[in-house]
Amino acid sequence: MSNLIKLNAGVAAIVADDAWQIVHLPAAEAEVKKQAGKVVLFKLTGAESATAEQIAATEVPAGKVVLPLSVWLARKAEFAARVAAGEVGVWLETHELVETLAADQPDLNVFPLIAVFIERFADGRAYSMAALLRTRYGFKGELRALGDVLRDQLFFMKRCGFDAYQIRADRSAQDALASLNDFSEPYQAAVVVDQPVWRRHARS
Amino acid sequence: MYRYDEYDQRIVDERVAQFRDQTRRYLAGELSEDEFKPLRLQNGLYIQRYAPMLRVAVPYGLLNSTQVRKLAYVARTWDKGYAHVSTRQNFQYNWPALKDVPDILAALASAQMHAIQTSGNCIRNVTTDQFAGIAPDEVVDPRPISEIIRQCSTFHPEFALLPRKFKIAVTGALEDRAVLQMHDIGLQLFRDAAGELRIKVWVGGGMGRTPVLGSVLHEALPWQHILTYIEAIVRVYNLHGRRDNIYKARIKILVKALGIEEFKRQVEAEWAFQKDGPNTVTQAELERVAKSFTAPDYEALTDSDASFDARLAEEKAFANWVKRCVHAHKQPGYRAVTLSLKTIGIAPGDISDKQLDALADLADKYSFGELRTTHEQNVVLSDVKLGELFALWQDAKAAGLATPNIGLITDVICCPGGDFCDLANAKSIPIAESVQRQFESLDYQHDIGDLELNISGCMNSCGHHHVGHIGVLGVDKNDSEWYQVSIGGKQGNDASIGEVIGPSFAADEVAGVVQRLIDVYVENREPEERFIDTVRRLGVAPFKERVYADRQPGKKKVEA
Ligand code: SF4
Repeated sequence: MSNLIKLNAGVAAIVADDAWQIVHLPAAEAEVKKQAGKVVLFKLTGAESATAEQIAATEVPAGKVVLPLSVWLARKAEFAARVAAGEVGVWLETHELVETLAADQPDLNVFPLIAVFIERFADGRAYSMAALLRTRYGFKGELRALGDVLRDQLFFMKRCGFDAYQIRADRSAQDALASLNDFSEPYQAAVVVDQPVWRRHARS
Repeated sequence: MYRYDEYDQRIVDERVAQFRDQTRRYLAGELSEDEFKPLRLQNGLYIQRYAPMLRVAVPYGLLNSTQVRKLAYVARTWDKGYAHVSTRQNFQYNWPALKDVPDILAALASAQMHAIQTSGNCIRNVTTDQFAGIAPDEVVDPRPISEIIRQCSTFHPEFALLPRKFKIAVTGALEDRAVLQMHDIGLQLFRDAAGELRIKVWVGGGMGRTPVLGSVLHEALPWQHILTYIEAIVRVYNLHGRRDNIYKARIKILVKALGIEEFKRQVEAEWAFQKDGPNTVTQAELERVAKSFTAPDYEALTDSDASFDARLAEEKAFANWVKRCVHAHKQPGYRAVTLSLKTIGIAPGDISDKQLDALADLADKYSFGELRTTHEQNVVLSDVKLGELFALWQDAKAAGLATPNIGLITDVICCPGGDFCDLANAKSIPIAESVQRQFESLDYQHDIGDLELNISGCMNSCGHHHVGHIGVLGVDKNDSEWYQVSIGGKQGNDASIGEVIGPSFAADEVAGVVQRLIDVYVENREPEERFIDTVRRLGVAPFKERVYADRQPGKKKVEA
């Protein structure tokens, strides 16, 4: 059973077939970092994502693929034809910068899909990244949330410009659908609902 | 005061429904502890020592009598008959049951109240000057801009999960009564030479483990851009603030690490894209919101009243109360009145359901049905006629709300501390009480004069100890409760952070330490000099010397 929700013209539905394959880096030895006696759960913005060995060892299958940003940056020459065929997307981690991708590829619309991998649902950087992709960089393709994607954050994700949500495997995508509409008339302008309530309606 | 229209009401009602479902899923085991935590926190719900604590938002400290009666009802129905005013002008309940919280929120929503974003890593309730709209030194009423910020920050989708909490304070008066420089963003409204509304923006202030005063980020921002400029600041923070260490996650650490110049450069670069976007405030929108904050129907009065003068002359107790609790007002013949929630023997800021009802009645009878909470944990009736002050005093006395100690040593700012709060290192309420008992004599308190004594049960600094003239901080030493004492902190335009006087003390020593600090002050003060001024003139040394004179660490205790 698929756990992928997509918005289509504002209507959300679970999509059964999804041709995109998310490409992962081979696992590296994880070092456990500690700060203030606690295991560090969030990587710092701008921190390195992958080693050269990992990037080189990443296996990319045929078909539609979503590449880690680091693989895309280091090996994009390999994929020129596939990009032209609309078969390449890129995914970012929350500590990576949208600016890095945009500096490398000024027209992000060569990618049919960009994804943000959210390791922990409480990492709100994903929201700003989505907003930047949609507004500053004019990305029009599918913007997908991956990772620790839970229903109680969907409304915010939607308003920041995510239009596809890979709900965490142990949760029901069916149940999650309802949360996309938690609020009907938000106050402020954002990517989705792009005018504040006082510009949308005459308020008394 | 701001009244909800259908859109405000809908958001609050939808929030109740959303939280009802989240609570149901949590209780049914469908949401893990970790997943539920940010959801409940953003609804003001902490899991505390004995029960959850629910924090209800009082936007910029403004309430009407209907809301206060609803707060009384909640206290009676779901709590143990009392509530607590926090140092961020909010109300807190210490004993609700988790399963009842959705019903409590529904009750609050029926009176245009909520608990949205009163906790958690998001933009918190906006605070302001408790004398907004009535202070003689006010240049611009801060309430319309505060309300505009409240709306924009409510469920702002991009800033729902920030690295850490984010607090905004606004003032529009010459004297800063909102501790601007102790906030993530402080906004000072003023008019430029051409009469245009401008905003001086401070950023990166905060208490906690690393107290910092804010730095100026913009000298004179045109008001139309207030929301987009805040969005630019918070976006830079959201993307670059540290999430790896909870003690380094506030914006003040980012500002410090980058330096204010570089931080400003990044904000300006970000703002260049957002400026003039749809969240730019229009004149029409400002005026629409400002309509909610027009002056009440004042009578045309002169600024004197013979009956008041007579009462003042013949009743010393009344005169004492007037001296401490009655404040200047910009409307002739009117005064603002602070009702003290600092009666000895009652936890600072606590108020019973009966007192809440009495308060609502007082507001209706004497002050156009409106009142305000203060960050000093008291309540203000903002518009009382001079000629009715005596009657108000008598009514307030009957309700136990007329302790004449505002701004005095017994008007302690104090967080809930170890009696309730799970994060506490030490209790704070009993410390407040021991100091209050030490200085019980009213004449003595009045002789000591203006003194702010602030107590926090841990480094989170909810009791604002860093800016207390005398600050007391609970610390944990070998699993027992100790207290660090600082002096020289101050709120206001010339804000400063207090300096720790030395090694910490046991609980039963604190009142004696404070006594010695006061003794040094009384012996050395110049005419009309306040405690804080004496500390600034003499420095910490003489105070320190007296306190530790006969104290050998761990052996002999400080006695009064
Ligand atoms: S200062 Fe510490 S102990 Fe006091 S209320 Fe805040 S978190 Fe709790």
